[in-house]
Amino acid sequence: MSTRVFGKPIRRNEDERLLTGLGSYVDDISAPTAVHVAFLRSPEAHARIVKLDVSRAREHPGVVAVYTHTDLGEHDIELPLMIPHPCMPYPKTQRLLAHDEVHYVGQTIAMVVAESRYVAEDALELIELDYDPLPAVVDIEAALEDGASTTHTDSPGNVGAHLEQKVGDPDAAFREADVVFSERYSIERSAGMAMETRGVLADYDARRQELTVWDTTQAPLTIKGSLGSLFGIPYNKVRVKQPDIGGGFGTKVMFYPDEVLVPWAAIQLERPVKYIEDRIEHFIGSTHERKQIHDIEVAATADGVVLGLRDRFIHDTGAYIPYGIAIAQVAATQLPGPYRVPNFSVEFTAVYTNTVPVTPYRGCGRPQACMVIERVMDRLATEVGVDRVEIRRRNYIQPEEFPYHRGDILFADGLPVTIDSGQYDKQLDLLLETIDWEDFPAEKEQARAEGRYLGIGIANYVEGTGLGPYEGAHVQIEPTTGKVWVATGLTSIGQGLETALAQVAAEELGVEAHDVLVVTGDTQAMPWGVATFASRAAVVSGNAVAVAALEVRNKALGYAANMLEAATDDLELADGKIFVRGAPERHVTLKQVAIASNPLRYAFDDDARAATQFAPARRADGPQLPPGEEPGLEATGYYSPPHATWASGAHAAVVEVDIATGELTYVRYAAVHDCGTVINPMIVEGQVMGGVAQGIGGSFYERMAYDDTGQRRNASFMDFLVPYATEVPAMRLEHLETPSPLNPKGIKGAGEAGCIPVPALTASAIDDALSDLDVTIRDMPLDPCSLKAIIDAAPTR
Amino acid sequence: MSSRNVTVTVNGSTFEREVEPRLLLSDFLRHDVGLTGTHVGCEHGVCGCCTVRVDGEAVRSCLMFAVQADGAEILTVEGLAPAEGGMHPLQEAFKECHGLQCGFCTPGFVMAASAYLDEQQRADLTDEEVREAISGNLCRCTGYQNIVEAVKLAAKTMYGAS
Amino acid sequence: MKPAPFEYHAPETLDEALRLKSELGPEASVLAGGQSLVPMLNMRLASPEALIDLRKLDELRYINVADDAVAVGAMTTHRALERSDAAYSACPLIREALGLVAHAVVRNRGTIGGSVAHADPAAELPSVLVALGGKVKVRSLRGEREIAAADLFTFHFTTSLEPDELLTEISFPALEQGAGSAFLEISRRHGDYALAGAACVVSNGNTRLAFTGVGPIPVFVEGDDPDAAAAATSPSDDIHATADYRRQLVRVLTSRAVGLARERAQVSG
Ligand SMILES: Cc1cc2nc3c(=O)[nH]c(=O)nc-3n(C[C@H](O)[C@H](O)[C@H](O)COP(=O)(O)OP(=O)(O)OC[C@H]3O[C@@H](n4cnc5c(N)ncnc54)[C@H](O)[C@@H]3O)c2cc1C
Ligand code: FES
Ligand code: FES
Repeated sequence: MSTRVFGKPIRRNEDERLLTGLGSYVDDISAPTAVHVAFLRSPEAHARIVKLDVSRAREHPGVVAVYTHTDLGEHDIELPLMIPHPCMPYPKTQRLLAHDEVHYVGQTIAMVVAESRYVAEDALELIELDYDPLPAVVDIEAALEDGASTTHTDSPGNVGAHLEQKVGDPDAAFREADVVFSERYSIERSAGMAMETRGVLADYDARRQELTVWDTTQAPLTIKGSLGSLFGIPYNKVRVKQPDIGGGFGTKVMFYPDEVLVPWAAIQLERPVKYIEDRIEHFIGSTHERKQIHDIEVAATADGVVLGLRDRFIHDTGAYIPYGIAIAQVAATQLPGPYRVPNFSVEFTAVYTNTVPVTPYRGCGRPQACMVIERVMDRLATEVGVDRVEIRRRNYIQPEEFPYHRGDILFADGLPVTIDSGQYDKQLDLLLETIDWEDFPAEKEQARAEGRYLGIGIANYVEGTGLGPYEGAHVQIEPTTGKVWVATGLTSIGQGLETALAQVAAEELGVEAHDVLVVTGDTQAMPWGVATFASRAAVVSGNAVAVAALEVRNKALGYAANMLEAATDDLELADGKIFVRGAPERHVTLKQVAIASNPLRYAFDDDARAATQFAPARRADGPQLPPGEEPGLEATGYYSPPHATWASGAHAAVVEVDIATGELTYVRYAAVHDCGTVINPMIVEGQVMGGVAQGIGGSFYERMAYDDTGQRRNASFMDFLVPYATEVPAMRLEHLETPSPLNPKGIKGAGEAGCIPVPALTASAIDDALSDLDVTIRDMPLDPCSLKAIIDAAPTR
Repeated sequence: MSSRNVTVTVNGSTFEREVEPRLLLSDFLRHDVGLTGTHVGCEHGVCGCCTVRVDGEAVRSCLMFAVQADGAEILTVEGLAPAEGGMHPLQEAFKECHGLQCGFCTPGFVMAASAYLDEQQRADLTDEEVREAISGNLCRCTGYQNIVEAVKLAAKTMYGAS
Repeated sequence: MKPAPFEYHAPETLDEALRLKSELGPEASVLAGGQSLVPMLNMRLASPEALIDLRKLDELRYINVADDAVAVGAMTTHRALERSDAAYSACPLIREALGLVAHAVVRNRGTIGGSVAHADPAAELPSVLVALGGKVKVRSLRGEREIAAADLFTFHFTTSLEPDELLTEISFPALEQGAGSAFLEISRRHGDYALAGAACVVSNGNTRLAFTGVGPIPVFVEGDDPDAAAAATSPSDDIHATADYRRQLVRVLTSRAVGLARERAQVSG
């Protein structure tokens, strides 16, 4: 019998190499002749450069070149606007190297190339830079006031984008409502902070006109296409490889100045050029996300059924808007969460500020939206006098209502929001059981008697995942090893894709997952595809692998039928062999079929010799490779989803607040996660737990702090507080599997989920812990000092 | 900026190199010796990705200069496994418990935890003890729980009865 | 983030180190465990012309536990002292505080001398030394002298050492019979520098407190009044907390640390 590998917690194929130090991250690629890059970055948030003199730096021993924008010639460009949208009045993207005006602390001004990074940094100190400071825009509310100074002096204001959207008739809903209230919620700026910073290594072979780039990007195919067209190198002579990558979280998708400048310099210098961003640069040069302020009005019945919402929010896009409205739009579409909300309007304004540009960070607008709607539910529960569980049940979309059409609001894939499936009540039941919801009041009371303040919080979310347009996969049975080779166009960013995709192929081909070799992130291995972002890899690539593997399976059965002189219907495929049902001794191995499928015969190994003992793989009298047939046992498959598939989850935590100090401790944590059919539950759990830890960071520890002049106040790991093991609680996880009807495998995405509900449920838990006081948390993240201030300001009930 | 001669033993092999005094031990190991399993995540002592063992003790290699390691015995993640090609019980446990995702932080965790296990020499580690022991290392992917499980499992394999 | 170039010296003896210190003057930095200095060098917040590395000075690595004091050589690592059971029995406050200094891997390299000489107002050990009423020995080519803890710390990151002097020994008074001590702190994450911390010693009805993170130097207070303690401090605002909040922490830490130290005094006495 074939062993099922799909759905099993199979240990990962990538682990052994990573655990023994044999991973190859960009900075691990050996390039002994490489020269090294350091950037002069703007020390000011907004300034006009009046003098930039690099002559002393150029003369410094060991310096190979120093470039400013004047050296770039035709490549003195602005980075592309990745996702255009008509609602952006003056979309701004960054120049590779600044001209006369800089727009945030950290912006690249000059590039030094030297024999070592040490020398390159020495040379930075020799560059003379003089500038006239300009007023910096930092506060997004002040930025929209009349007479506010502007982020870009050549723009009339700070509005990066403005969009109004409406579903149903919200105004009518407000007229009919029994309960109406409004609230203001906000979330602060944070960032992905992968443990590996970004990096690029480029090597140009002038004689062959070949450019090879190793890049920590999540989108190598985009980089390939862009570099090819920028530099006029034949498409197939640009190879972009994303080797092992030390975490992505959205930050590494693309496009940064160095991703163009480093290959450009390699072409100029005809030497390999390497740039490895350091941690401080990562804080000021790689993108951030999260800051939004929402003003929401709520209309509901006396029973607590939401009739309508009106939300207006402002979104900080930083100095540039390379991703257009992606984040704000995701926030807008996810605002109603798992709830019916028949009528709502969302109006957002993306605001330019003189801060690091904003692009999606794991969650991408969802933690903000989740915080808003879940806080609304908690408030509504209080308003109508039911508990937090009941209010949610009254508003959930019910199983029979799927597919649930939200109406005329477009998701990030440009298609109307249609939630494909879900079981929100069941999910909540499972959660309440896992966190011991029923027993909590007694636990709380007991703790209170000891002077300790415990609280419990819950939050739900839905997540549109698995966006198109498509992904592809190439699957081959290797004729020499008999192993399955799978190549995809997207990238593994540490989420176990090598194993998950291996499981998909293994299931179709009746082999073990560890006999499947998966290649990701090499544009030469699979030249078509999109990228890893938006929790889409498993859904879109997984189904593409299944398509290709199924075709290989069918080919294999066809060839084996010829070889065994049996009917295809009588054959079975298992354990890497194809055999005649009922007569297992009559079999060929997949490897032998792969060998036989190629008319070019060679006989270096036993299998190759054995393959010649069978009848030919093709029954043909004419040429050995008849028209329409291909040598080898391989196939390429593509999958293009009709629209996003919607994963969901519900999380809960018990927290303890020290009311004397404002300290917060997560006592325990539970999560129920529904990402449709699960390929590997171990990997999904890992993703969720990692996301939760990030969410905890975003609830009580991490915050990108700027002062009024746009200076970063905590650009180091000493002050930007990523939680350690001592800050993250033990977690209990449960899976619920509601298959997606949209794709053959029923898969939904899982990559971003974990972090989404954490700020919302933390706020809820703190309110509950402090139920003796009249406290409502509206702004996240908190810290002991701000929480203590809230406690002190609260009137005792 | 006179160069200096350093002689260090890394994973049992002796390396002699001319280095600038300012060369960080992390860069020396990665780029001069060519052992890139030791990673660099912050170069200011917080993340722990660069953790190696110097004369047995786990230390941050980004906070030491190569010249300071002159005469020292260094163990990096590449040298942890007892036999060529195999894995140390701790590495096995990380795989078994899914204690890694992107793997970038992993060598640092493994080296810090290996020193801890060697010091404790016992099977019955509590969650709290293990969390404290690995609290100098940041991981952005796993949420730590599976790392804690892995260290506990390794302790059981290494020091458990029978 | 790579350090600027420097001349490197690794003297074999204390005398040689003192000679270098006096010759090279303030342009040279002393390198002990490097856990504070090297991050600053890597970020180029400091770029001294020369480093005098004390790593070869085994004569500065010792823990002498006597009846009245634990005398520790400056180059003794945090971990070595933390592991010393003899030091723990004589003065339990040291191990308790060291457990809160960064993380084990940092303490493997960080030295007692470095922690004291660095004089970071947010660090734990200076407060421990002040609360206990300890002292240090410093040496230069001119000779040796003792400095009482109360006179050692003069400002943020500044001590009363002369430019040609090296810190050689730190002496922590042993806890008297029947006395109790406690070190408590509030930090953002475990192992971070404290937002505020309190070292407390109660003996013979006297209460001595020294606070971390709430002034330019460890703030010494006698007595157990939380408000008086808070009034004695001069914290400032930073990204992690306001001055007012830190003062509130001083109140809380005072009552908690005093309570714990008294409890321990009763148990041991
Ligand atoms: C991630 C991280 C977290 C940390 N958290 C904490 C914490 O919570 N609490 C805490 O207290 N510390 C913390 N530290 C700092 C650590 O404790 C340092 O080890 C300590 O502050 C300095 O000791 P060192 O031996 O490393 O000194 P070095 O870094 O070598 O030197 C520090 C300074 O002291 C001077 N110096 C050193 N020795 C002498 C001497 N004998 N005579 C004269 N001058 C000398 C040096 O010139 C230098 O200016 C942390 C460090 C890191 C990397
Ligand atoms: S790289 Fe050494 S601690 Fe981060
Ligand atoms: S596994 Fe990616 S940082 Fe730990």
